[in-house]
Amino acid sequence: MSPREIFALRDYLGPEKKGRTLSDPRHVVSLTDILSLSCLGGRARELSGRNVLLAISDQLRSGIAMIEIDGVARRMLLCPPDLNPAHLKALIEDAGIDAVVTDTPEAWTDCGIALVIAAQLPLVPAEVAPSERATEWLMLTSGTSGVPKIVGHTLEGLSGAIVAEGPSRGPAPVWATFYDIRRYGGLQIFLRAVIGGGSLVLSEPGEALADHVARLNARGVTHISGTPSHWRKLLMSGAAAQFDPRYVRLSGEIADQAVLDGLKAAFPDASVGHAYASTEAGVGFAVNDGLEGFPAGMIGQNRNGVEMKIVDGSLRIRSRRTAHAYIGRNAAPLTDADGFVDTGDMVELRGDRYHFVGRRGGIINIGGLKVHPEEIEAVINRHADVRMSRAKSRRSPITGGIVVADVILADGTDAAREKEIRDQIMTQCRAQLASHKVPAVIRFVPTLDVTPAGKLARTDA
Amino acid sequence: MSVRAKILTAIQQIAKEQQVTLPPLTDDLSLHETGFDSLAFAILVARLEDDLGSDPFTISEDAAFPHTVGDFVRAYENVPA
Repeated sequence: MSPREIFALRDYLGPEKKGRTLSDPRHVVSLTDILSLSCLGGRARELSGRNVLLAISDQLRSGIAMIEIDGVARRMLLCPPDLNPAHLKALIEDAGIDAVVTDTPEAWTDCGIALVIAAQLPLVPAEVAPSERATEWLMLTSGTSGVPKIVGHTLEGLSGAIVAEGPSRGPAPVWATFYDIRRYGGLQIFLRAVIGGGSLVLSEPGEALADHVARLNARGVTHISGTPSHWRKLLMSGAAAQFDPRYVRLSGEIADQAVLDGLKAAFPDASVGHAYASTEAGVGFAVNDGLEGFPAGMIGQNRNGVEMKIVDGSLRIRSRRTAHAYIGRNAAPLTDADGFVDTGDMVELRGDRYHFVGRRGGIINIGGLKVHPEEIEAVINRHADVRMSRAKSRRSPITGGIVVADVILADGTDAAREKEIRDQIMTQCRAQLASHKVPAVIRFVPTLDVTPAGKLARTDA
Repeated sequence: MSVRAKILTAIQQIAKEQQVTLPPLTDDLSLHETGFDSLAFAILVARLEDDLGSDPFTISEDAAFPHTVGDFVRAYENVPA
């Protein structure tokens, strides 16, 4: 690769675009300043050609460090905050890590990694390191109980969908995301802000939703993304009333009609879009017509460099935005022989649209029949008094398993109406689902667990 | 409401949901004659577990599934508190 073909994140921070910021509740950093200031004490050059583990507790320093390290290191492995420390050793070996960037250097003195660089605030003046190479970005899969898989990307692939869309029209967007930027969904928004000429307001673990929304408002957020579970929580909180974004994006879970309609009602002036993306398959497509699922015509043709097909009910994607490989000693192939990534997301054709029905690995077994809990939840969520639901299997001495559902009702629903609502949900389910998919028991619950990656927790799946 | 009354109410509710026409629920009516299939019984046992706090068919390994409505009710009445 000739040097002029290398482009790194810092190349998007030109001084002509002043006034852009990266912020969390405590700090506001000018993106342009990162060209002359460093959170690594000006030591980024020492990471030249290294395989770097980025293990920083907060997103702000992580984002600045990513900009400083991209184009310098050979590899950069992003650790999400919920990473189980017990998995670190295996990940370090599989990625060949030989340098760590961390805000807790004292914790890494005995780790056997020679180079440990502290990530610190405030930023200190430093000369910018030159872009030498296309750094490989390593991300971890979420949702598996064992050691997460390491997925290898390039900045070119990660930013493919962003570059394809071109610069945003109108005033520079102020982005926010409920995701952590060290997860694929959050990294996309970080890159959108940096590459697309905008700003980014970071989320903060543990921050009350009302405080978070107040901060989004104070910083003038115009564009925001999250999972359907994130959005349902916001709709339930009542905090949405004070918020007026221009663009609302959902990804990471199935966006059913109920959540799309709920967001359209809460933000009548915003465009609401749902995107399909995964850590392995990259950004597939975005759907902006307000309807769940996607037009059947998107399958089988090459659209903006993304080809999709359906094999055995699961969506397969081939594009330059997919990851290029799983990384590690026992890494499985990421694509089939033709270069398609099997997403494991199951779809079903209804009329002229494909609808997502669930994960292949999330199927529950009901008396020998396979059931996607998401399909049941989508029906339950259509009831006007329902905010969120989770279907799961419960052991039965008679059929082996039955479907039960936990349901969160909209705020202020009269408890006296529970029986009536339960009967209505049952009637709705019986009309739209095969009998073995109809919940045997519906429980009304105050909360449902959401994983650190923003997805409905399905521990029993 | 007695255990028996709760069980009979639950059976009637499920019959309505599953669109099953029940014959009169006498003690010697065989469960087969209720018109319930295994899914309907699975729903019944799950709801009764939530309502009565017990599932006599899982707790006891040697419990044979009852033959009549009367046997079914007694299985719940005989669960030690």
